[in-house]
Amino acid sequence: MNSVFRIYTFFALTLLLVTLAFGLLATWAFLYPEAYNRFLPFYQLRPFHVSAALFWIISGAVAGVWFYKKEEFPKIRVSELLANTFMITWMLTILSIFGCYAFKIFGGREYWEFPPILCLPLLTAWILLMVAYYIPWYKSSRPKPLYVWMWSTGIFFFFITFIEQNLWQIPWFRYSFLREVTVQWKSNGSMVGAWNQMIYGTALFLMVKISGDASIAKSPKAFFFYFLGLSNLMFNWGHHIYNVPTAQWIRDVAYIISMTEFLFLISIIQGFKSKLDEQRKFKHLITYRFLIAAEFWVFMNLLLALGMSIPAVNRYTHGTHITVAHAMGTTIGINTMILLGSFTYMLGIDNKTEYSKRVINVFYWISQYSLGIFWVTLIVAGIIKGYRTTVLQMDNFNEIMKPVFQAINILSYAGIGLIIGLGTISIIYLKEIIKKKQRILEYNNNIN
Amino acid sequence: MARIIWILLLLTFITSSWLIYTRCDEKNISGIPDEHVKQGWKVWQEKNCQGCHQIYGLGGYMGPDLTNVASQKDKGPIYMKVFIQHGTGRMPDFHLNDSDVNDLILYLAWIDKSGKSRVPASAVEWTGSLDIKN
Repeated sequence: MNSVFRIYTFFALTLLLVTLAFGLLATWAFLYPEAYNRFLPFYQLRPFHVSAALFWIISGAVAGVWFYKKEEFPKIRVSELLANTFMITWMLTILSIFGCYAFKIFGGREYWEFPPILCLPLLTAWILLMVAYYIPWYKSSRPKPLYVWMWSTGIFFFFITFIEQNLWQIPWFRYSFLREVTVQWKSNGSMVGAWNQMIYGTALFLMVKISGDASIAKSPKAFFFYFLGLSNLMFNWGHHIYNVPTAQWIRDVAYIISMTEFLFLISIIQGFKSKLDEQRKFKHLITYRFLIAAEFWVFMNLLLALGMSIPAVNRYTHGTHITVAHAMGTTIGINTMILLGSFTYMLGIDNKTEYSKRVINVFYWISQYSLGIFWVTLIVAGIIKGYRTTVLQMDNFNEIMKPVFQAINILSYAGIGLIIGLGTISIIYLKEIIKKKQRILEYNNNIN
Repeated sequence: MARIIWILLLLTFITSSWLIYTRCDEKNISGIPDEHVKQGWKVWQEKNCQGCHQIYGLGGYMGPDLTNVASQKDKGPIYMKVFIQHGTGRMPDFHLNDSDVNDLILYLAWIDKSGKSRVPASAVEWTGSLDIKN
């Protein structure tokens, strides 16, 4: 178990490095297509980047859930065996997916560009994970804190949305293009909510451990926001397809549900003062720093998401780089920060020497500033494209994009900053996984 | 209590999913795709066209949105054929045969019939919602 899990965490973190490397290459291919089209065209680089990012987030989320769940559930041998089989199947399938991309073998759709047959081993692996997780979950008689609810919800809804994502393979779903595109983005949107449940659950678990206050995972307020998040997972995906001439009520439901996100925003603003006190207490912990960075990016991306969720505003932002800013802001700013916090905790980085922590801190800040520039540049690029497309009603794509390319050029430099920041932290952590495997071993032994 | 809320939400999710599957496009203006359209759809996926182009604003940002390229003034099938067969500085030549090119064009023409990607200002309602007629 321990060695398979160690390889799995190593693999997950390597996916982050792959994401960063292919992201930068794809940006250059976007800016200089003539130079790249012969060897590594954009349409080949983008799937590498997107799939690596997607699998980094999902794999990293599962790594956290599997590592921390030992504190909550009894250890069952069959469950460990199933989890190992999940991890091995999952990793081998991802490698096969990259193999397909290397030979330009595609066949899927947005975010899942690989041949759909590879969804079968992914689904099989996930079912194994579900069995491995839910058997001890069912057998545990302890009252379940909120983070366990969140992990369980995330694992279950990933399964549901993954199946929904593949419904297009049933001919009936393709008899209408509008149905096809609606179901595709319904599942994509909800799937993001599913992995967010797993990741936010881990963030809550870490906060309980750092603060030593278990009540934060049991309070009625926490449960209220959990259910609000769950409602958004289920029904807040419509902003992806506001412009698609599908049934009107789909747009209206999505609009109403998305506005409930204001409650998250109000809650963050209300909790600002207590966060400052909390920060003074825990700022020496690298784990906490990643969590607080994620909180900052939650706030920034909520502002953006709320704007984009108003259909009248979405008319300007849809199909522009503002959507990309939101995607990057959430996947890097929120998901990656929490996952790196989780890896920090798992690897015991907070117990390292002050010098080591200072080094990580330097690259942490390089990451934050680079992401800030990256995010703002994408918003600027999106505003330019939205203005030229929707306000000026320009039709010529090359004319629309001319000033956008200048913004993307700046973005590529911020991308280098992200590689330096997040890449170095990842390499430090990868070395830790190789070097300090005993931390995981000790942890497992203590739990046993 | 939490379990009851969870189950109620799940039931609502299942019901709404069913309604979305069956009622999201009752008119189906573009009609059921024929074999050529299906083949064009397959080419679109196998060449990962979505990686660079958008349909209804969804997809990559390398090239233009192609939702309504088939009916756009100054564009249409011949324009599309030249682009697909020869590529441009930004778009590589995929060396597709004539049959695949024609099927791809038919696929895009089929999508075009489903609606317009750009939302006119007149569709914006006082609530901030959009009223899009098909």
